[in-house]
Amino acid sequence: MDKLELQKIANEVRKDIVTAVHSAGAGHPGGSLSATEVFTYLYFAEMNIDPKNPKDPNRDRFVLSKGHTAPGYYSVLAERGYFPKEDLKTLRKLGSYLQGHPDMKHIPGVDMSSGSLGQGISAAVGMAISAKLSGDTYRVYTLLGDGEIQEGQVWEASMLAGFRKLDNLVVIVDNNGLQIDGPIDQVNSPYPIDKKFEAFNFHVINVADGNDFDQLAAAFAEAKTVKGMPTAIIMKTVKGKGVSYMENQVGWHGKAPNDEQYEQAMAELEKAGEALCQK
Amino acid sequence: MSEVKKIATRASYGNALVELGKKYDNLVVLDADLAAATQTGIFKKEFPERHIDCGIAECNMAGVAAGIATTGKVPFFSTFAMFASGRAYEQVRNSIAYPQLNVKIGATHGGISVGEDGASHQCCEDFALMRVIPGMVVASPADDIEAKAMVQAAYEHQGPVYMRFGRAAVPVINDNPDYKFELGKGIVLREGKDLTIIANGLCVSASLEAAEKLAADGIDAKVINMHTIKPLDEELVIASAKETGKIVTVEEHSIIGGLGGAVCECLSENCPVPVKRIGVRDVFGESGSAGALLKKYKLDGEGIYSQIKEFLA
Repeated sequence: MDKLELQKIANEVRKDIVTAVHSAGAGHPGGSLSATEVFTYLYFAEMNIDPKNPKDPNRDRFVLSKGHTAPGYYSVLAERGYFPKEDLKTLRKLGSYLQGHPDMKHIPGVDMSSGSLGQGISAAVGMAISAKLSGDTYRVYTLLGDGEIQEGQVWEASMLAGFRKLDNLVVIVDNNGLQIDGPIDQVNSPYPIDKKFEAFNFHVINVADGNDFDQLAAAFAEAKTVKGMPTAIIMKTVKGKGVSYMENQVGWHGKAPNDEQYEQAMAELEKAGEALCQK
Repeated sequence: MSEVKKIATRASYGNALVELGKKYDNLVVLDADLAAATQTGIFKKEFPERHIDCGIAECNMAGVAAGIATTGKVPFFSTFAMFASGRAYEQVRNSIAYPQLNVKIGATHGGISVGEDGASHQCCEDFALMRVIPGMVVASPADDIEAKAMVQAAYEHQGPVYMRFGRAAVPVINDNPDYKFELGKGIVLREGKDLTIIANGLCVSASLEAAEKLAADGIDAKVINMHTIKPLDEELVIASAKETGKIVTVEEHSIIGGLGGAVCECLSENCPVPVKRIGVRDVFGESGSAGALLKKYKLDGEGIYSQIKEFLA
């Protein structure tokens, strides 16, 4: 799939995210929008998956360790055909299968329940170990927030992944720079992130712009060539990317737009979509 | 005088894992640097490739077990009860129990009979912690035979199971041809009409001892081995309450929230009768030999007997 196609899908995903969160009246748009390109790349270009056979034992696995960005995850799954797009409007509502955080028991395509930060990466390590034990060739991807890596469990999991040389595991850190209480380097700085993963015996790839498909494609291609160690992709992104008033704003970590803000966001994304169609 | 055979249920656990490992290729064992103590080392020797030592990182181990379970294998993870149910509590709740993953927790060194290590390692809260998690099965065997049967049953059960094993050697009491283990079904070891003693773990044999002493005083005690705390065999508890009118629970656990708590919840809703909870009375333990501690905390035959006499007085 070429870059323009991916950009068009990502733009649709952004509309889905804003619509779902607006409909729910709650949720996490900021980190969903910063990770929109990586979600899209994983499900439309990178992973060996089949929406018609979501439990295929040979499929690649994805664990959303930063589970609060479920709106981004669900939107990509819907765009990929795991469930109807209309259902995104039921996000977080009583009776909906689209729970506030990923629920593997009820959501087609979700490989692991998550949401309590720091835990998803351990499950991903378990999946990668399991593949090694039985000689399966599937790969395992997990996405973490840059604030999330303040959790000690992340480093327990990373130590085991490095030690066990899990070259079927790719840990992605969405370095959008913001967490609920403020900029990550003012709350409790995790920097340098790359050197930490290097110290835990990861092959580290720094991506200067994680909202750029070319750079993501290069990073994931490089990860596939790595043998004998897990890969960490540290990607700089813009929190709230694509909605002007949400970009780089701490306040949009976990807040829904009101009707007026929703209209503005959708107008901006419509315009961006039209621009892509002109290309 | 014939010597009573004594085996620690943690050793039974390690041996049972080997037997199951021979039968089932999909069984995987995880430990956190305690393989010699939890006895998963026995499994490691036999199946080194299927034994994952996660190092001293219990929270991650619980999550890794969850991830392994999503791929269809059946992981048993082991550490001391304190760390399995305490340190990794939220991982057990959110990564294992919430998605109903098929993970088995083999928690060893439960209760005060851990002994010399003292209060920091004597977990008397694990039944309570694990019991409140939706869908979690919680069980603790009385002896070697029961421990092995429990590990097999845990493998066969679909969903998370928490098993508590002990450090100290305990008498083998279920060595009879009629013995049958079923998760959630209590076993009547002694019939009686005056009261019912409901016990688990190493308190089962001590309760039988207490029942003998009571018999010498003309008190006829029924004794139930309630190896599964959740799901509780409510039918048996209610029937025994109706039959004997008084209930005593005995466990190597806090009197709050464990077997005693579960029995009281059941009876207060269904058949209120006087209940005496025997256990650790809302205090931390201390260093000492297992035997000396059980005596001090009145969880040996004599201590159980004397507390029941007070209850009946």
